[in-house]
Amino acid sequence: MEIETIDFKHSMAAHCENGVTSNLLRYYGIELSEPMIFGLGSGLFFTYLPFLKLNGAPVSSFRPMPGRIFHRINKVLGIKMKVSSFRSSPQKAMQALDSLLTQKTPVGMVVGVYHLSYFPAPLRFHFNAHNIVAYGKKNGQYLISDPIMENPEWLSEEDLKRVRYAKGTYKPKGKMYSIESVSQDYNLPQAIKKSIKYTAMMMVKAPGPVIGYRGIRLLAKGIEKWPQKYDAKKASRYLGSVIRMQEEIGTGGAGFRFLYAAFLQESSKLLHSDKLATLSNEMTEIGDLWRTFAVNAGRVVKNRTSNGESYHSISEELKEIALREKDFFTKLYQLKL
Amino acid sequence: MKVEDMPKDDANALEGKTSFIQYAVDKEGNYVQEKSPGFEPQNIALAQAWDEVKERTASALEEVIHGDKSPIYFFMCKEMMDVKILAEYMNLPRWRVKKHLKGKNFPEINSKILQEYAKVLSIDSNDLLSFEASKWR
Repeated sequence: MEIETIDFKHSMAAHCENGVTSNLLRYYGIELSEPMIFGLGSGLFFTYLPFLKLNGAPVSSFRPMPGRIFHRINKVLGIKMKVSSFRSSPQKAMQALDSLLTQKTPVGMVVGVYHLSYFPAPLRFHFNAHNIVAYGKKNGQYLISDPIMENPEWLSEEDLKRVRYAKGTYKPKGKMYSIESVSQDYNLPQAIKKSIKYTAMMMVKAPGPVIGYRGIRLLAKGIEKWPQKYDAKKASRYLGSVIRMQEEIGTGGAGFRFLYAAFLQESSKLLHSDKLATLSNEMTEIGDLWRTFAVNAGRVVKNRTSNGESYHSISEELKEIALREKDFFTKLYQLKL
Repeated sequence: MKVEDMPKDDANALEGKTSFIQYAVDKEGNYVQEKSPGFEPQNIALAQAWDEVKERTASALEEVIHGDKSPIYFFMCKEMMDVKILAEYMNLPRWRVKKHLKGKNFPEINSKILQEYAKVLSIDSNDLLSFEASKWR
């Protein structure tokens, strides 16, 4: 079956969920930058879950649950999105996709990257929260806009079915989404204010020790103890996992901190707020601290040293970051916009 | 991060297919989107993850040669799977997959199931049926 290619513009982004959202919205006439999408979607986050293991290491995450950014964006911009999943019927999931494409609707999908044939092999792990858009079909191949890739890619029907039904943590279960309607008269300044408040609240007001700046502090305390608790290999693997969450594909650097600083900068211009401009600079400084932390943690991983001293010193760096973020997001939370 | 400090540590993580998008501040103090081939700590952490896969796969091969484990176990490690993921892909209960991973049970697995394993593990079914350790060293 052949489906005419939709006039859809592919563009790259640091993070797949931002990129897919921004590409889909552009198709419906709403042009927003990646930092703006990220900020409006309250994408900045931190959590450390020592009791939950992913690929054999405790989970640290710089992003909220997959799908949250979409959800928040839809909420603040008044977008209607249709989301469907097909638990056990890949056949139906593919038919539903074709039927939307025939109606000239670009379709977002959640997929696993492990079997994603065009993806760079060194980055293909069993990770299931990747987002792509399909916008055409020719000779049994789907035309795919993947924000991580430079250019649009072709993916066979067989491969697409496989990645839509990837197994492991966060199974996509054929999940797909499309925009039903957008409202052109959304209030951007209002949406910005709302989402800034929400992000700041999550970072400083969330209860318990695992979310926001408290989560960073908890991770810092954990890192300090790793060389005593575990052998050198395990401690270094845990640390490697933190670096990957912070810097691997999709964060735009420093665990999204630079993306957020860019959002604050853009917002400061839109809202004519000098205070936001100052806070954007401050977020950049915090991002630089995260970057230095990654460099130093990388050295510890590379040297395979398990001496308590090196872990202690990066733990101290992280405690400093936790303090800075506490102070920063408290100011942001209290800011009158 | 300033544009001029943009990391340029290429460890071929992207195989020349794309670049990492990063955000940095230009000379006028404005945030811009820039492309980067990689960042050193990220490359170190990625190499660490792959070293681990290689180690696990190499020791799995030894266990298969010894007869403790079945060739399915070797390919499971090679594909970075565990019993849980493999069982999900196979649509079989975990206890059955665990049984199939033992060397002594391997000859009794019927060919239809072996073919299904081959498909899930992205290999030719002959790689399972007539497993040659030397091919995978």
